[in-house]
Amino acid sequence: MGFDAFAAACCAIPVLVSVLAVRVAYVLCRSGLPPSRSRASGLRCLIVLGSGGHTAEMMNIVSELQKDRFTPRYYVAALTDNMSLPKAQVYEKSLIHVEGDREMIIENAQFMQIYRSREVGQSYITSIATTLRATLHAMWLIIRIRPQVIFCNGPGTCIPLCASAFLLKVLGLGWSSIFYIESIARVKKLSLSGLLLYKLRMADQFFVQWPQLQQKYPRAQYAGRLM
Amino acid sequence: MGDRERRVVFVTVGTTCFDALVKVVDSEELKQALLQKGYTDLLIQMGRGTYKPSKASGNSSLQVEHFTFSPSIADNIREASLVISHAGSGSIFETLRLGKPLIVVVNEDLMDNHQSELAEELAERNHLFCAHPHTLRETVEAMDLKTLQPYVPGEAKPVVALINRFLGFPVD
Repeated sequence: MGFDAFAAACCAIPVLVSVLAVRVAYVLCRSGLPPSRSRASGLRCLIVLGSGGHTAEMMNIVSELQKDRFTPRYYVAALTDNMSLPKAQVYEKSLIHVEGDREMIIENAQFMQIYRSREVGQSYITSIATTLRATLHAMWLIIRIRPQVIFCNGPGTCIPLCASAFLLKVLGLGWSSIFYIESIARVKKLSLSGLLLYKLRMADQFFVQWPQLQQKYPRAQYAGRLM
Repeated sequence: MGDRERRVVFVTVGTTCFDALVKVVDSEELKQALLQKGYTDLLIQMGRGTYKPSKASGNSSLQVEHFTFSPSIADNIREASLVISHAGSGSIFETLRLGKPLIVVVNEDLMDNHQSELAEELAERNHLFCAHPHTLRETVEAMDLKTLQPYVPGEAKPVVALINRFLGFPVD
């Protein structure tokens, strides 16, 4: 009996691993290609707000988005960041005057907070636990929101969210297009989040804001500055 | 005040702790350098720093005021004739958009000091002056505001157009 289970495991594990490998390869190849779907309604958007300068850059993008195409919008910021979500809320409220219907706006925009993997100066041992908590929370948010489009521009908060979205794609549970816009503060080198998403090819489109950075990272695109 | 025109120097460290900058702008040598350049007032936003600038202006006649935080520093920037700022992109672009002369002082105590990249790049393009706490006095003495080029703000339209095209939306 024990032996049978062992033999079954011996057969099943390589099969599972190969299936997963094929899925990962498929997702990687499929990323960077336009999603195929009907566009009857808007796209569910996840907008990851960083802090300070990051949020200002992201809100510049959001204000340019066609609101009928990119709706509903889910804003996520770190739990310890109490400046970013109010900025997004002020912006979404300002749309009420444009679009009129208050109820609709509240439905179209939602605001959430996420645990951070690691606070500045936190010890490495406790950060294992907090990273795990942040990852599980990110996974829960991604499963709840099931975003079709993800906008992020660093910092670290976006990594567990993008990784969770990638896992959902591998498991075939939902497709999302990830757009990463590197911060304008990065002139010569990518940020750690940017480098991770670039090297792992997790972002469908990767933007930088300085031409010299684009030359260093040829898969990135340069389409001017946001600020 | 009176018949003399006020020329305010506004120093901002944002939400950071940057005592090295606050100490330097509070030094007698820097105040003298600012007076020589014709500035009359010094307003310091000191953030989370613990160093308190001296309100008394010593033998110089520069008027010194300070505060920790304010919800919006846009008005302070608007009223200033010169802004001395930490290297955060928020303060930098807020000042450049309002068209004020700007000296960015890089915080050397930050571990991951990528912030100097942006200040150095914009200094190379003559949009601002870039300094370190120990070189700020020389920068003030040597600066010629006429060499500064106005900054043309960027826009998100091209990026959003590419995102739309990628998603298969018609680009208008």
